[in-house]
Amino acid sequence: MSPKKLSLKEKYSLLTRDLEWEYSYRDYKEIFPQEEFEGIKITDWSKWEDPFRLTMDAYWKYQAEKEKKLYAIFDAFAQNNGQLNVADARYVNAVKLFLTGVSPLEYQAYSGFAQVGRQFGGVGARVACQMQSLDELRHVQTQIHAMSHYNKFFDGLSEFNHMHDRVWYLSVPKSFFDDARSAGPFEYMVAIGFSFEYVLTNLLFVPFMSGAAYNGDMATVTFGFSAQSDEARHMTLGLEIIKFLLEQHPDNVPIVQRWINKWFWRGTRVLTLVAMMMDYMLPNRVMSWKEAFEVYFEEAGGALFKDLARYGIEMPVYAETAIAEKEHLSHQAWSIFYNYTHAAAFHTWMPNEREMDWLSEKYPNTFDRYYRARFEHWREMERAGERFYNPTLPMLCQTCQIPMGFTEMDNPTLIAYRQSVFQGERYNFCSDGCKDIFDHEPQKYVQSWLPVHQIFQGNCGGAEMEDVLAGYYRMNLGTDNLDFHGSPDEQRWNHWHNLQTAAEQMKKAS
Amino acid sequence: MSKVYLALQDNEESHYIVEAVEEDNPAVTVIYQPAMIRMENEGQMVVRRETVEEKMGRDWEVQSIHVNLITLGGNVEEDDDALTLSWND
Repeated sequence: MSPKKLSLKEKYSLLTRDLEWEYSYRDYKEIFPQEEFEGIKITDWSKWEDPFRLTMDAYWKYQAEKEKKLYAIFDAFAQNNGQLNVADARYVNAVKLFLTGVSPLEYQAYSGFAQVGRQFGGVGARVACQMQSLDELRHVQTQIHAMSHYNKFFDGLSEFNHMHDRVWYLSVPKSFFDDARSAGPFEYMVAIGFSFEYVLTNLLFVPFMSGAAYNGDMATVTFGFSAQSDEARHMTLGLEIIKFLLEQHPDNVPIVQRWINKWFWRGTRVLTLVAMMMDYMLPNRVMSWKEAFEVYFEEAGGALFKDLARYGIEMPVYAETAIAEKEHLSHQAWSIFYNYTHAAAFHTWMPNEREMDWLSEKYPNTFDRYYRARFEHWREMERAGERFYNPTLPMLCQTCQIPMGFTEMDNPTLIAYRQSVFQGERYNFCSDGCKDIFDHEPQKYVQSWLPVHQIFQGNCGGAEMEDVLAGYYRMNLGTDNLDFHGSPDEQRWNHWHNLQTAAEQMKKAS
Repeated sequence: MSKVYLALQDNEESHYIVEAVEEDNPAVTVIYQPAMIRMENEGQMVVRRETVEEKMGRDWEVQSIHVNLITLGGNVEEDDDALTLSWND
């Protein structure tokens, strides 16, 4: 008689729960020393459910299949000079921002899940964290592989890892993960597993990647969707940990709510980068940031929080502010980067007439009223040979580390400033959300490594901008930075496609 | 009632899964976006192994949906016969 095939449930039970053993000669608290200090109460780890019931054997099988499909596309992309088929060379700047800003976070997530998985007394949670950790390692590897092809043809990609640890705008995503990883294991799970994976990563990986496809970038869309297929599992894990914590003990509810409030706000600030990628950096546009936010936060997040209401969990406290900001976020962020492109490892530009019209149409309440005139003025300055670069260093928010360029939502012409005094020192914030986070744990955030402060303290290579940018950041000045118009990227692109720049056309005509 | 959703990569295999979902969830809305197919339904959505196998004309394991999956929204319940998404309103 052949052995009976195990059902998914039986297999999961044998290959996950059955791996646990009794701790006979060491005290539980010695083995899992971090399980209690955050105030979370776990009464029964066996109540942990993994709805996908994925076991290691099935995990390797399906991940291998995903990798084979993915690498077949990378090979085809490279062999067919896929870089020539993107919408235009401006698009590649979104890829640069992704590689320097997002891919290193995948590595942080790999490390983070390995670390917190070790701290959980429940075997179901440990196995789920182990798989997620491996997924995240796969993500950083496949992303580096995919984008290494662009590195052969475009500037600004070669020092992504060095830059991630140093460059001013990259401290925004980096500090987000540093913050999560220096919290306790349960806060990390709510921060990354739930608030980031469940509530926010769809905004990064779904509409943006669909946009990559629409701009001819098959390599990026494929790693994006291949990574996102793991994210679907991560989202489910994130939702599971929340339900598990809330069902374990009523005392967990206010702690979890505070973490949700904090990490939703931290996450929306990081996604500012994605907002401007979608609205300004994709030459062929699929949907606006505002539309994406409506589908993936307001609708999907709304359904989620309605589902969690039975536990007494409410929408994140600054959700309303984030919803109001969807009308402004990408325009304000793009303005900041346009100001400081001389200090960035990617190019910016002013949208052309057709693109401005698209922004007016997608943002009827705000674009023409608050942003279009400023952008047209900058475009005029550029035409007159006086492209505007801001020569000062901006003040950064102590919590999210973004330059203080966001405005009040009830008055979009007034920059939002919040302050707190702690032990005689004054700290500045871009929003109520960021101030609240600081006020709850000031001892943590006074230690923030703020790039501008570090430059002024002399810790970033020297006193001159060139010492910082070329020396400390390793930017190739005149190549990696400055406006797209006139960049070597633009010249090469035009050469490949037999196109002429506006300047060349003018010269010929005269 | 909130909407659950399931997004798949737009490829040959997914087309059969979409056909099966349409058959088993008559009210489902299917939205085609660049490189992806998004399906939405009020309250609940089920992907049944039997229906997918019938559309594909071969054996199909529910867990192999991970190969083509992009994202989903809703509480997940998975066993040998079906993947179900639902919200408890």
